[in-house]
Amino acid sequence: MSKIAVTTSINGDPAEFLCDAGETLLDALRVTMGLTGAKEGCGSGDCGACTVMMDGEMVCSCLVLAPEAEGKSIATIEGVAEGSVLHPVQRKFLEHGALQCGFCTPGFIVAAKALIEKNPDPSESEIRYWLAGNLCRCTGYDKIVRAVADAAAEMRQDQNSQRTAA
Amino acid sequence: MNAPVTPKAFKVVGTRPVRPDGVDKVTGKAIYGPDFVAPGMIHGAILRSPHAHAKILSINTKKAEALAGVKAVITSADFPGQESKVLAGGETSSNQRDIAQICMADGKVLYAGHAVAAVAATSEAIARAAVALIEVTYEVLPHVIEVEEAIAPGAPLLHADMYTKGVEPASDQPSNAAMCFTLARGDADAALARAAITVTGRYKTPPVHQGYIEPHACVASWNADGQGQMWVSSQGAFDIRNTTAAVLHMPIADLRVMPLEIGGGFGGKTTIYLEPVAMLLSRKAGRPVRIAMNRQEVFCGTGPAPGSVADVTLGSDADGNFVGLKVEFWSQAGAFPGSGVHSGVMTALGAYTVANAHVRGWDVVSNIPATKAYRAPGAPQIAFALESAIDDLAVKLGMDAIDLRLKNAVRPGDPGPMRLPHGAIGYVECLEAAKAHPHWSAPLGANQGRGVAGAFWGNYGGPSTAAVSLSSDGSVQVTTGNPDIGGSRASMAIMAAETLDVPYESVRVAIADTASIGYSMLTGGSRVTFATGKAVVEAAQNVRETLVSRAASLFGVDTAEVEWHGGAAHCLSGERKGESLSIGAIAAKAGQFSGTITSEVSINPLDYLPGFAVHICDSEVDPETGHVRIVRYTAVQDVGRAIHLDYVEGQLQGGAVQGIGWALNEAYVFDAEGRMENPGFLDYRMPVASDLPMIDTVLVEVPNPAHPYGVKGVGEAPIVPPLAAVANSVRHATGIRMRELPLSPDKVYAALRAAD
Repeated sequence: MSKIAVTTSINGDPAEFLCDAGETLLDALRVTMGLTGAKEGCGSGDCGACTVMMDGEMVCSCLVLAPEAEGKSIATIEGVAEGSVLHPVQRKFLEHGALQCGFCTPGFIVAAKALIEKNPDPSESEIRYWLAGNLCRCTGYDKIVRAVADAAAEMRQDQNSQRTAA
Repeated sequence: MNAPVTPKAFKVVGTRPVRPDGVDKVTGKAIYGPDFVAPGMIHGAILRSPHAHAKILSINTKKAEALAGVKAVITSADFPGQESKVLAGGETSSNQRDIAQICMADGKVLYAGHAVAAVAATSEAIARAAVALIEVTYEVLPHVIEVEEAIAPGAPLLHADMYTKGVEPASDQPSNAAMCFTLARGDADAALARAAITVTGRYKTPPVHQGYIEPHACVASWNADGQGQMWVSSQGAFDIRNTTAAVLHMPIADLRVMPLEIGGGFGGKTTIYLEPVAMLLSRKAGRPVRIAMNRQEVFCGTGPAPGSVADVTLGSDADGNFVGLKVEFWSQAGAFPGSGVHSGVMTALGAYTVANAHVRGWDVVSNIPATKAYRAPGAPQIAFALESAIDDLAVKLGMDAIDLRLKNAVRPGDPGPMRLPHGAIGYVECLEAAKAHPHWSAPLGANQGRGVAGAFWGNYGGPSTAAVSLSSDGSVQVTTGNPDIGGSRASMAIMAAETLDVPYESVRVAIADTASIGYSMLTGGSRVTFATGKAVVEAAQNVRETLVSRAASLFGVDTAEVEWHGGAAHCLSGERKGESLSIGAIAAKAGQFSGTITSEVSINPLDYLPGFAVHICDSEVDPETGHVRIVRYTAVQDVGRAIHLDYVEGQLQGGAVQGIGWALNEAYVFDAEGRMENPGFLDYRMPVASDLPMIDTVLVEVPNPAHPYGVKGVGEAPIVPPLAAVANSVRHATGIRMRELPLSPDKVYAALRAAD
């Protein structure tokens, strides 16, 4: 069976890979591209550990076929920090102890960043429902919810001070 | 109430610094079990039984072997012969022969999902295709799932040579009951007959899975010279090494295990499933072999926590003093014995003083996956029954549910489950903190109820090794052998920094492989911050003593004239009085002394103390649907002393939520053929963020005098109370005592209709 050549963009960089027709985007990222930050917890779209962004939409990459990435823009956990500068969501996860084993953390961080970009001032309930597709078995979610709320608050403050400065 | 026994100001203990492995874990760089790649590795896949109970008549692997790309095929015939021998492994011990048979069925399959054969091939797709070409002929046997059926006369027997241990007179008939364990004191029957008030009931819980998000995975490489390496995410590389070497009849030192980051374990990653299989495939293929499970394999091929049936009768006098307790329970061990019956029995006797008690537990095999430890193994099921019964008793007495527990709670000096007196325990302090918490007296809304439940968990200590070495600039390297599942690197760094009185950031922590440091028992039993922490502190103390002695030599004074604080030695007398030498300055002069300052400490501390917890739960029951929503939750626990506040609170919160899942949603569901019907996260529904409120925590600190910083284990106790706390809140909301978990909407709705 011949492979399919896919031309795409990953974390802002041009990328090309070969894949089987039935291969998942998650496998293409993890195995072919060596980006193992996205995890496979279930392979059925129930745990959210494989969450990535595709053209600005949050997807479970285990449910996306690798050939679907053709011409799209993919963003993974590896691209969330800018160089060595952590994104506020990453920093707040650390400051709040919002991870224990850390396996679900990449998926949560990608999802939380997407939430704050869509809704800069989410309520606790909005955070909980947005993250309901991400399973964490260690934390009971309490510190994750606090970290996301705190990151959103800091990002709002940064935007306000930038506006004031402008 | 929260005051430590010896109040002392700490600089780092009890703070919330960022964990040393944090950045790796928020940026996706950390390497977990399924992430590891070895050069030249090939891929394994496992054929699993579709039947719950069957004889294997034949296995034909010829077609699989002939498929292009297949490098090795193995069955149980490739395993060395196994003797029946008990291996220690965490809180539960297992028989070596059983472990080998869980890795690969030998002659008979005992559950749907049991491994039957395995393939290694140049790609995962080829390996899976080859697995499908293996032809197995089965003779399907009658199967049994529930314990009540498994112990009924004429039940299908899983093991023809199994006779119940622990019964008098000895049994002469084979049975699915592997063992029974009894603890008795006084005369329970007579006391219950005299009791002013008694409550009684039969409680049931289904098997539930630990539900770690990372599926099992390993890479193994076994060379022609007999030496092997494995890269595994587990709760303990040493115990994985020892068990794998035992099953494969290898000298232990011939196998080196590299620990990878672990994506949750909760007891489920204390044993081996894939490791000997990958090793045998690797030896046959001459290549490193990787095997990774998918979620269905995790549910059907690894050990969940046992289901249970428990009969409880509790009696008190008219004032609410417990006078008699009788508990008999049957634990659904799965395909092989060893389901934590002892700790279940201890749970019944751990938290309350009762002069007359008879507690007996039975370990019963049936055709479900061999169960394994799950956070406080054996305890939540029994606490569900006991703490529900106490709630019923409080209702009958018209007493506050916390007051009733306070009246009967164990205090220091009271006999523990094995009659040894309790040490510096803090159950009373927990109950008082729960009673004083605003949650206990807050108003409730419509259809809401409030429940409370307590918990005892024994905790553990055991062997640990830790090394502390100074670099030439005075920065500190701490090395242990315990995988970090929930922030233990941070706790170790805190304790080393506190002991050496240096900044937290100058201490770095590594988890060594099995060839790089002495043995440590696995990460489990709530033991790491206690036992491994003790080893770290002792090693750091040794390093500090060497620093002081070298400083004294450099100052030209006696060591008694040198004081250590602020990460520096201070000279108290002589010509250089008032001068100081920093840790870095002393470390840099290692060449003038007997070399680098380092200390490796191996200890086996058994002076751990049990954990006690009290949880308060508010739930709201929808009368239209039977859906139970948790609206407020508070977890109180005696933690001895919290080393890193976030990760201690996190243990309480995570344990509480796992218990809420156990109470409300989670269960293995089997079809008529004995196959699990819900082996995925859609149908095996663990709590998600939108199911839950914030989980409030109260850390009660009654320090353990046997630990330099007062640590008691914290990880397991928090899963013990939630089952009853939730059920008691539903009882309060509806007036209905539900005795069978999970309290799923269908069951609650049916109970509401039946009560109409």
